[in-house]
Order: sequence, then structure tokens, then C-alpha cells
Amino acid sequence: MSGAQMKFLPVATAETAEYWAGCRRHELLIQRCADCATYQFYPRLMCTACTGRSLEWVRASGHGRVRSFTIVRRAVAEAYAAEVPYVVALIELDEGPTMMSNVVGCSAEQVRMDMPVEVVFEDWTGDVTLPKFRPRAAGTAAR
Amino acid sequence: MGETLRGQAAIVGAADTEVGTVPHMGASQLCIDAILRALDDAGIGKEAVDGLVTCNSMAEPYMYHAEAMAEYLQIFPRYCVSVGAGGGTTFTALHQAASAIASGICHTVVIAMADSLRSGLTRERAMAMQSSSGHPQFESPYGAPVPAYYALIARAHMHEFGTTAEQFAAVAVSMRKHAARNPAAQMRKPISVEDVLGSRLIADPLHLLDCSLVSDGGAAVVLTSAERARDFRQPPVYLLGAGEGHGHEHISQARCLTTSAAADAGRRAYAMAGVGPGDIDLAQLYDCFTPVVVIELEDLGFCAKGEGGRFVAAGSIEPGGRLPVNTHGGLLSHCHPGNPGSMFALTEAVLQLRGQAGERQLAKAELALVHGQGGIMSSHCTVILGRECTR
Repeated sequence: MSGAQMKFLPVATAETAEYWAGCRRHELLIQRCADCATYQFYPRLMCTACTGRSLEWVRASGHGRVRSFTIVRRAVAEAYAAEVPYVVALIELDEGPTMMSNVVGCSAEQVRMDMPVEVVFEDWTGDVTLPKFRPRAAGTAAR
Repeated sequence: MGETLRGQAAIVGAADTEVGTVPHMGASQLCIDAILRALDDAGIGKEAVDGLVTCNSMAEPYMYHAEAMAEYLQIFPRYCVSVGAGGGTTFTALHQAASAIASGICHTVVIAMADSLRSGLTRERAMAMQSSSGHPQFESPYGAPVPAYYALIARAHMHEFGTTAEQFAAVAVSMRKHAARNPAAQMRKPISVEDVLGSRLIADPLHLLDCSLVSDGGAAVVLTSAERARDFRQPPVYLLGAGEGHGHEHISQARCLTTSAAADAGRRAYAMAGVGPGDIDLAQLYDCFTPVVVIELEDLGFCAKGEGGRFVAAGSIEPGGRLPVNTHGGLLSHCHPGNPGSMFALTEAVLQLRGQAGERQLAKAELALVHGQGGIMSSHCTVILGRECTR
């Protein structure tokens, strides 16, 4: 994607490298606690529910719903200006955790609260792939 | 725990710098100017200060900001700390300073904050400020400017409770009505709900006039023990209650979008002061964006959850309303130099409680609630101030 270098690129840490490696393979990885089965996002050293340290990476269904959204009319930085108007949303994954993302694959005006969405991946640079979400027909089976 | 700070400390000096567009002074100068004015108001010299609490400046940051300001002034305090809780910083600082006084760490603390976001920020620093408000890996890459984070909260409130853009706009209209009575306010020309809705959409449902100002300015207060406070020339304003609540840093991690940790902060402050929302004569609430005021009114118990939109649309927070909010004009119309923004809510509350607010003086001003929130509805601090020491 042209201009991606000027965007706010995520820089992986030791804690998040696995997540970003998953994104490069177009897999959305989240953590699950081996002790209490709680799912969590973003990646952490410990389980937020039981404080256990036995966390496993699992591939999420990639399905979720729009918990809230906004249509950005004035870009945060020049590198995002070409995409205005774009949708920033909070996506509640079917597994439970919420993540921020963009809703793509439809016009901004078509996004609705509680709209079912599914993950898509946008390759920004050789190292950085971002998970985004697009509308999904209700009842579509998980991949 | 909980009752220990009530009536232990009092504000004996308070002052603002010139605010708005102040290109002839840098952020450090504004901070020092605020301190000198507050000391004058209190009638003391810098030698009497043995505690200093500041917050860092975006335009002129220092590694250790409070130490840098002490060095600039050539004072040598025994308590010196910079607080960083976004818009919640002011009252968190006041809470800490009162604790330091009550526990005997120091006697007389100056709390001073200033920044020059309008005149002093380079383009690079302004960009850095925008990008630093989200999680660097899991939020910022998606390109949300600060108003967009708050828009997520606004949309959720609309969806859950039927709150409307017109109701959010009523907050901006009310703040402007207060500002019209304050000669120091940056924006004083009256606006209507139609003006707000007709202003440019920034991030749906927030319009330009739903968003606070970008300003230069600073303010300071002098806090001392209740015992010493009687020896100062200004009538003391007592700290009767203080409480904090910290829910998250990043909005994508918020447990709830429509109820904030302001509820925790308020509950703790009311319990300490031994009062309730019905006892409050004026509220000075953090108003970086209009929906924030709606949620704070609910969380602090001034109306039921979900009723905030109707409460503000009925004119309740305007001059002459049942609960005047931000009698100086708030961040929306008075000024907003970033983290120091709440300081002006505090100095205004002090003026109102002293009966020194001039044209905008309220007929009854005995108990004031001031509330700051920082981050994206993340950290909250509520403070209750009064004219009488009710310890």
C-alpha cells in the first residue's frame, strides 16, 4: 500500500510478535487461558481472569459484531487522508474480547451498530499486515 | 479510609494566566506566571512553598517537569512531583497534594499546570500527540484522531439510550452561554444547537463545535493545611471530598462504553464529604467533547443513567439552570491547553465559592463539585470543595 510507511505502523514486541506473525499469514490469533479457558486480547503475560500464566495462542473465528463505530471525516495524519471518510470501530469478537479496527468492504454510511463482520487482512508493508473487518451476512459459518 | 482527608486542607490562592492565543509566552513561562499570580493571590512569597506539583507540557516537555519548574523559580521543595493522568491530572494532583499535607510531608503546596498547544507545538509534536493517544500497536494504526475515540462512546450512548446529536449540542450551547459572561473566555459569541449541527462533521456524531478548543494558558492554586489556611488573606476554600476511579487506559479495553469510572470517583468523593449530588450548587465537569458531560452528569448522580441528554437539553446546566456547569465556559468555550485544562474549572470553583466571580457569580455557591477525566474516559478524579470546614 502506497504511503503506508507514513501511517502509524505497529512495532511488534516480544510479547506481540506471535500475533503480528499470525496477521502476516492472514490468521487472527488471540490468547486463551489453559487454566480457565478465558479468551483475551491484546496479548498479555497473564490471564486477566485468573492471573494464570498458561496462555495459548488460538486462531479466532474472525467473526464478530460492531460494538460501536465512527466515521472519520478528518484524517489523523496525511497518510490516512486518501481514505476519508473511513470507519473506526470497536469489534467484539465472537470469542468475547473487543478490538479496535476499521470496517472496510462497504461504504462508511452502510455500517451499523451490532452489524455482523468478519476479518480480512490488509498487507501494509513486508512486515506489517493489519486485521480489518468487512460486513458478513448473518449466519455465515466460521472459516 | 475514606473520611481522612475531609477538611484537612484548603485552597488559599488561585489564579489563571492570560488564556486563548498567547504567542508571546512559552509553556514554561505560562507555568511560572501562573505560580507567581497564585502566590500573589495568597499573599505569600515563594519561600513559603515547600511542595510543588505540576504536569508535563507537550510544547516544552522536561524529563522531570516539577523539578524543572522548581529550579526555574529557585525554590527547593521537600515534595516535588509531576502527575500524568490526562485531563484527570488536575484533581489527582490536588488529591495527592492534600494527602501530602495531611500526612505531614509538607505544609504549603503549589499545584501549577500550563501548556501552549495553540502557539507552541511544532507539527511533529502535534502529530506525536495525536498518535500517542491510542495504543501504539492495537489502536493508533487504524487512524482515529482523538475525537473519533470519543465518538465511539457517543455512538454507544445514542444506541443504548436514544440520546441525540441535538442533546449533545445542547452542552456546547450551554458552555457558550456561561462563557459569554466571562471576559477571559476564548469563545464568547453565542451559538445555537443548529450552529453546532451545522458545523463540520469531524467524526460522526461529533461536529466541530462538539469538540473543545486548542489553547495556550495555565493556572495555579496554593493548598495548605486547614489550620494554616485561616492566616491567609483570602477566604479559605476547603477540600471536603476527593475520590478517584481508574477503568482502563485504552478505549478498546473499556469494560463499558456508557458508564465510566467517574461513578467510582464520585461515590468515593461524596462519601468522604458526607454529601450527595443534591447538595451541590455548581459542578465543574470535564468537557473535552460534549458527550463526556452527558455521561459525567449521569455517573456523578445528577440525573439517572440514560437521562443525561434530556437533562442538558432542558437547560439544566445553563446559567440559571438547576445545576450550573462550568460557569467559566469550560474546555468548549473558555480554553483548553491540554492536560492543564481542568485547572480553570478548579480556579473558577474557588472564585465562585469565595464570591469573587463578578458578573457570573452564582447567588448560592457553598458546595462545588469539580471532576476531571483523562485518557478516553479512562482515569477520573472528583473533588468536592466548600466554604465551610465540615471536618
